[in-house]
Amino acid sequence: MSESPSLRGLIARAGAGGRVIATQKHVLALDALAQESSLGPGAERLKDSSVLLAVGDMALAAAALIELDGRVRRLVLAPPGWDSDKLASAARTAQADSIVHDGDAPPLALPLAVRCQLPMRSAPERAPPHRLTEWVLPTSGTSGPPKLVAHDLATLTGAIGEAPLQQWATFYDIRRYGGLQIFLRALSGRGSLFLNGEGESVDAFLDRLAHVGLTHMSGTPSHWRKALMSGHADRIHPGYVRLSGEIADDAILDALAATYPRAHIEHAYASTEAGVAFAVDDRRAGFPAAYLTRESPVELRVVDGALQVRSARRAHRFLGPDAPALVDAEGFVDTGDMVVLRGDRYHFAGRRGGIVNVGGAKVHPEEVEATLNAHPAVRASRVYAKANPVTGALVMADVVLRDPVDPAPGLDRDILAVCRQRLAPHMVPVRLRFVTELAMTDGGKLARNG
Amino acid sequence: MDIRAVILNEMNTVAAENNRRLAPLDNATTLVESGLDSLCFAILIARLEDATGIDPLSSGAVGRYPTTLGELIALYESALV
Repeated sequence: MSESPSLRGLIARAGAGGRVIATQKHVLALDALAQESSLGPGAERLKDSSVLLAVGDMALAAAALIELDGRVRRLVLAPPGWDSDKLASAARTAQADSIVHDGDAPPLALPLAVRCQLPMRSAPERAPPHRLTEWVLPTSGTSGPPKLVAHDLATLTGAIGEAPLQQWATFYDIRRYGGLQIFLRALSGRGSLFLNGEGESVDAFLDRLAHVGLTHMSGTPSHWRKALMSGHADRIHPGYVRLSGEIADDAILDALAATYPRAHIEHAYASTEAGVAFAVDDRRAGFPAAYLTRESPVELRVVDGALQVRSARRAHRFLGPDAPALVDAEGFVDTGDMVVLRGDRYHFAGRRGGIVNVGGAKVHPEEVEATLNAHPAVRASRVYAKANPVTGALVMADVVLRDPVDPAPGLDRDILAVCRQRLAPHMVPVRLRFVTELAMTDGGKLARNG
Repeated sequence: MDIRAVILNEMNTVAAENNRRLAPLDNATTLVESGLDSLCFAILIARLEDATGIDPLSSGAVGRYPTTLGELIALYESALV
């Protein structure tokens, strides 16, 4: 392809007619973007600047992204809920000189502020895309000032091919890597995109999706567990179900297969830094060890138990003056995701830093959670360390039951007995706590620091 | 609360869960010879915290680490007064 890719180019190639990006609040018609603007005359003033995109509703964000990509130097995607400290830190790191916001006043004072609004206003003249915009995304770490990585539309769409009509929906926010992938897939395809807007419950979202002819749906395993627990999962009938962003264990894959028996179910492995590495569609947790040696544009290797990825889909670099290198001398990104080989398959064992040390023996919380989640009475679980004067720490677990009303007496003992059969003694939770829900991060992942 | 009974009961439970055989227990039995390994002992302390609301081994008030069952029981008895 000779010209640089742009969002408007993606839409034009697939055709904009009849397609929308919709939250529960706003409907953005893609064909209206030819004559109308969410940014008004301010759009032209943003040309070639470094823009911090800090709006609430995702339909607003989508409009601004489509209008600005190819026209500005940098687009910095701020997820919803960032406070002014995080916005200021990101603006500093990305040298943002302008902000796109949706309130009466911008949440951060930068030299130029432009308000984004829906419905759009007419904008007769629209200059075509003229440059490759750098896309700046926060990594999924939750504490401290945000770490930013730089992508562009070529790295971000590296895993996306031609698509027939697809009506997409996602539980993700499109300003995070997993959701952004779905946004770009939807734009590259011929269909619409339906988004779980701020303040909309999962029940209401699934009800809204019941009548839109949904074909493709994505979310993290935590999103999907929540959907299955809502009792409204049967309102939708996706032909394709995608999981990413967390470890997909056999329990969630089985539960989704039971709820959507005809669906193509795929769990993808990706990170903001490394890009989309691969997807697995045999409905089993983990991935075939053969992926390490097969012919692929994405190369994988395992070093000291950690998965490393070499790919043209990776980010270019971390932003900031003291930023670490994103790749090693050979061009591999160290993902920090630990894998364990069992037979001919690698299984994800959790994050390198997330290990609980029980008297010198290591426990990956995710491995224990996978065992708990495999119990027929368990829908979701969170495993964490409890301080102990003898071993330093022991493993504890919060468990959400499939049927939280009137758990059978002795159910906790029964679940723990299964753990004792399948796990080493130091990995067995010392106690289970039955809870009604587990906190999720803004990124849709199980919150581990609660 | 009869803390001796609570401790002996939890020791039996933890031993059974972890397929360990307890030695005949009396006050002079040393904890290392009780039949519980250090992981079981860690679990015992956590369970006793659930049952009694206290963990005297973590409180910092332990003068001397208990080495016998009698000392362990005495530690909980004095902490619960």
